[in-house]
Amino acid sequence: MSTETLARGARAWPEPFNLDRPWQLHPQVSVRPERFGALLYHFGTRRLSFLKSPALLTVVSSLGEAPSAREACRSAGVTGAELPAYAAALATLAASQMIRERVNP
Amino acid sequence: MSERVATADITETSGPQPGEPGLASPDLAGADLLVEEVSIDGMCGVY
Amino acid sequence: MTLPLVEQFAYGLDAPICLTWELTYACNLSCVHCLSSSGRRDPRELTAAECRAVIDELERMQVFYVNIGGGEPTVRPDFWELVDYATAHHVGVKFSTNGVKITPEIARRLAASDYVDVQISLDGATAEVNDAVRGPGSYATALRAMRHLAGAGFRGFKISVVVTRHNVGQLDDFKAIADRFGAQLRLTRLRPSGRGADVWDELHPTAGQQRQLYDWLAARGEQVLTGDSFFHLAAYGEALPGLNLCGAGRVVCLIDPVGDVYACPFAIHESFLAGNVRGPGGFAAVWRESELFAGLRRPQAGGACHSCSAYDSCRGGCMAAKFFTGLPLDGPDPECVKGHGEQALVAVAGTSPPRPSGDHSHRSRPSGPVPVSIGARPPSGPAPLPSGPALPPDRACDQSPLAGFRPG
Repeated sequence: MSTETLARGARAWPEPFNLDRPWQLHPQVSVRPERFGALLYHFGTRRLSFLKSPALLTVVSSLGEAPSAREACRSAGVTGAELPAYAAALATLAASQMIRERVNP
Repeated sequence: MSERVATADITETSGPQPGEPGLASPDLAGADLLVEEVSIDGMCGVY
Repeated sequence: MTLPLVEQFAYGLDAPICLTWELTYACNLSCVHCLSSSGRRDPRELTAAECRAVIDELERMQVFYVNIGGGEPTVRPDFWELVDYATAHHVGVKFSTNGVKITPEIARRLAASDYVDVQISLDGATAEVNDAVRGPGSYATALRAMRHLAGAGFRGFKISVVVTRHNVGQLDDFKAIADRFGAQLRLTRLRPSGRGADVWDELHPTAGQQRQLYDWLAARGEQVLTGDSFFHLAAYGEALPGLNLCGAGRVVCLIDPVGDVYACPFAIHESFLAGNVRGPGGFAAVWRESELFAGLRRPQAGGACHSCSAYDSCRGGCMAAKFFTGLPLDGPDPECVKGHGEQALVAVAGTSPPRPSGDHSHRSRPSGPVPVSIGARPPSGPAPLPSGPALPPDRACDQSPLAGFRPG
């Protein structure tokens, strides 16, 4: 394992998730759709995330193309009432480097 | 029945510990969590 | 409304998340507790081409990661090619080794690869404790491999320990070894599997030691890995990190050196044999269609444990531990923290538990003294094999798997 990809135990201090920024899946993440949603595996950190909703999979998969995470949620059919739960889910994924902010919108 | 399994699996970030409110995120302690995380080493039956 | 994971898996996954792949039964060591009873190569081993076909399937199924073990996987001449093939085909690899082939050169190649992780087996923080289980010189071999990995800049390799009655007092020392080499410590549970069946009585931790172990692990959280092998201890309090459920046939499985697919590497027995990768539908068909796995994936009622307040935490413990101690699978784990397992064992005392299928153990000891146990109680299993002059091989597969090998 090279030192650049090792992220054992390293976590960012949680920041409020910014829904209005453009996001993307981390390039080292493999997405595997499942009946309950999806499995995400990060080859660098060796972490596994279980997405427990198919709509969340749609959000995560479309992040890279959407102008903002909020837009990705809207297009995936996430309602206003559901949005906080989705923002929390995205915050968790950001903290574990499964998703990251996109540099070029 | 097995919510205990779900909550025990949540890996918090190095900030707030389970049970403490998040820094600036809404308190969703009662809500279902849409993401569960575990290390790839966290599956029994792999040596 | 989202279901807890344990119920999601009842629907079955189209592919394992990760799996153990024992590449060979050949091994240069004869560890007394070997879960796969390894030593001699099986002549029916999958060929390199068959292994590549399995990797192709794993890629198609998006299996994220394989833990390659054995026996000693590095004694296969095509081992390094197969690891490269796997990583080139998007299957992450961690391989378990006793360290025999981890030369400085190999360590440098490994350090340069992003998708290969290494796990060195160690069962004592001192040579005295380690070699009693793994054989003379094995501690030195493991430490040398660790020095080479650390020296090559490989950070975060794993040191994997099977916790026994004789090493549970060395947990801090194991952590110190891991810290010294920039490695991550992994503690795993001894199961009565393979040769482990013969030494289980004398080696498994006592109830008091089990509690000590739990407290030590709980205090260290994610710093120390466990392979989720102590989920039966969740009944003590907070669950340790991990899925905390039996993954056998649900999220993981074993592919053995001859292509047999078992529910898990601790359950090498006909009762847990799901099929063979050489069948017409390959590995995928076995994973998706085997009756055995379908049964394991159906939600399990608690059986005899259902009224216990701890059942939600411990899920009845380890299937393999129950099976090979002769306990019913729908009852308590032999090491149930509430003591129900001990009671259950009394009920089956005097009957013979199932024997592991297949025995690839060396027929004669490699040179060196017979390992002796440090504990006061005599071993309760069959007598160890006699040491003495090596018997002449009666088939090609009985020859040393290291024929022609010179340690580097």
